Amino acid sequence: MELLIILLIPLVAAVLSLIHTKKGKFAAAMTIIAAFSVFILSLHIAIYPHSGMAQNTPGIKGWLSCNPLSALILLLISFVGLTASIFSFGYIGDAAKKVGSGGVRRYYARYNLFLLSMLAVPMLSQLAMVWIAVELTTLFSVFLVSFEETAESLEAAWKYVILTCMGAAFALIGILILYRGLTIAGGSAFTWSELIAVSPNIPPLFLAVAFLFILIGFGTKAGLVPLHTWLPDAHSQAPSPVCALLSGVETTTALYVIIRLLPVIKVIPNDYASMWLMIFGLVSVGTAAFLLLQVTDYKRLFAFSTIEHMGIILVAAGLGGQAAHLGVVYQIMAHAFTKSFCFFAAGAVLLLSGTRDISSVKGMIRTSPLAGVCLLIGGLAIAGAPPFAVFLSEFSIISAGLAGGHYLVIALLALFIVIAFCGIMYRVNKMVFGRPSGCCPQGLSLPFTCRLTLLLAIVPVILFGLYIPGHLHNLLRLAALSLGR
Amino acid sequence: MAQLNALVGGLFIITVFGIISVRQMLGGIRLFVLQSILLAISACILGVVHGSIHLFVVAGITIGAKGLLIPWLLYNMFSHEIHARREITHVINIPSSLLIAAGLTIFAYFVVHPLLGIDSTPFIKVNLPIGLAGVLLGAYAITVRREALPQLIGILTMENGAFFAGISIAPNMPLISELAAAFDVLIIALVIGILTRKIHKRVGTTMVGKMVSLKEK
Repeated sequence: MELLIILLIPLVAAVLSLIHTKKGKFAAAMTIIAAFSVFILSLHIAIYPHSGMAQNTPGIKGWLSCNPLSALILLLISFVGLTASIFSFGYIGDAAKKVGSGGVRRYYARYNLFLLSMLAVPMLSQLAMVWIAVELTTLFSVFLVSFEETAESLEAAWKYVILTCMGAAFALIGILILYRGLTIAGGSAFTWSELIAVSPNIPPLFLAVAFLFILIGFGTKAGLVPLHTWLPDAHSQAPSPVCALLSGVETTTALYVIIRLLPVIKVIPNDYASMWLMIFGLVSVGTAAFLLLQVTDYKRLFAFSTIEHMGIILVAAGLGGQAAHLGVVYQIMAHAFTKSFCFFAAGAVLLLSGTRDISSVKGMIRTSPLAGVCLLIGGLAIAGAPPFAVFLSEFSIISAGLAGGHYLVIALLALFIVIAFCGIMYRVNKMVFGRPSGCCPQGLSLPFTCRLTLLLAIVPVILFGLYIPGHLHNLLRLAALSLGR
Repeated sequence: MAQLNALVGGLFIITVFGIISVRQMLGGIRLFVLQSILLAISACILGVVHGSIHLFVVAGITIGAKGLLIPWLLYNMFSHEIHARREITHVINIPSSLLIAAGLTIFAYFVVHPLLGIDSTPFIKVNLPIGLAGVLLGAYAITVRREALPQLIGILTMENGAFFAGISIAPNMPLISELAAAFDVLIIALVIGILTRKIHKRVGTTMVGKMVSLKEK
């Protein structure tokens, strides 16, 4: 029942956002309240697996359900949804002069619908419905990307919708072939649990073909190379709170579908699936690492880092084994928290400087200590420096790979991570330190809600590198268990 | 019945080839409508064979959403000037395009051939490779087209291809997913349509292929 309520809240909020009010802050405030209640409910669901033996939170039988992995994804989406809605309050309020109050109301309606579609992905138990929910995450976020309606943002939105819809059609073919396999194996309902139960009886060829189509299809949405070209555009042109959602959790929801298929595709003989996962993953990490060296736009910098992290997660999924699976879920969590924080910091810098160009921003730490420190911490954390969460997760993936004897894969992975680290830190360093370039008009300060968001979003980034609460650790462990067979 | 279905399948793939080669926007929309009707006919044939009411409903939804609503949306959303426009500049000229398309069709058959060896009825044998060819050719049409509207038609063709395969390999899908999928296709057309209008208003052209300001230096 809770699951249904979680879906209903953003739906109601989306409708209410369109109400015309005098001050125009109603939609913003209500979105925050809605996102907060969704977060509380998700937190409750995420803690629940701890209290009992139940692996699956009962939902509406056959339609909505929640296993530990989806509970984790739910928690991440709702947390970033909450912080991004608080950040929007000040950030979009600032843009209200340009787009008018109607534009702001539509922003919040779309924001809530976008959140709704993302929340639906981990909860739905029917694969066909999951596909539709993933497709809707694109369609509801297109106009969020093109919010500023500049020529560049429209171009980004166009590439985004065309490429991801193309990917979706490939994924649909894959899902239909999977369904055929399920029917051959005697399964009835097309749900995750049924699929996992009958997968040993599905002809491996069906699984292999279906898996490749799904990997290409949802991989497009997750930004895997070579179908990543829309990602840096869309993730850099969208307003910063939307970037945080797109980069932090939307890519993760697409990847979640692939990850959740792991126990199904493990049945294919000769480590077929592992091989493709590692190839796609390594190519993505490598391409992103080298592209990171030549970016000139700091939002694109973080967007390429998203491609890198999606690749790392995929490689870890390909490694297989309990330790690597723990690395997968840990990395998913660390990336979502850290990347959304990075985009909040980038948004703060953009508000202050008015430019996305890396070379025109210098000495941020003197112009605005808060934005400067946050950018530095965000950069360090996402690049994988200790003692942040991403460092721990990457470390656990690498050690799991070495223990499994995948020396070549791990050597390449480590090399790419180091290159990416240098690329990110070189740029962030130049922006944070040095003499202020005078790009930022004096006396400009961040809106209160933006400062609040930065302080709120930094908590998990710092905390989870040092200490993971027992409930969360248990959830991660259960989620990792659900990936094995 | 199997032969009738094969005929429909053949006509379906011809409309897809037509969408790749047609120059006029309006022609593209008409071909899409024809293609959706063929999809519906194939669903009806399969409905008779499997004795399922379900596939008739799918046919009805297809006609309603893709045969009537989407064309109506596309007609009304754009000015006459956009519809009448002829696209002169293909990235690759039409004869070579058709040759590549033929190659892709053979490739599609090659991909699904091993699957047909395990499990096949005369209907899957026709619908699965042709559906997959529709998906691949739709993707190809998107990459070689520079105008917004033909790219949208390409997306819709891909969806049609996937459904053409789907009605044969997954005839028992819950009806609600079919309804949701139709709704989804409708939103695709609506969202891309509105986006095209915004681009037309802001940039002054619908040549989306010419928008290349965002890239690494």
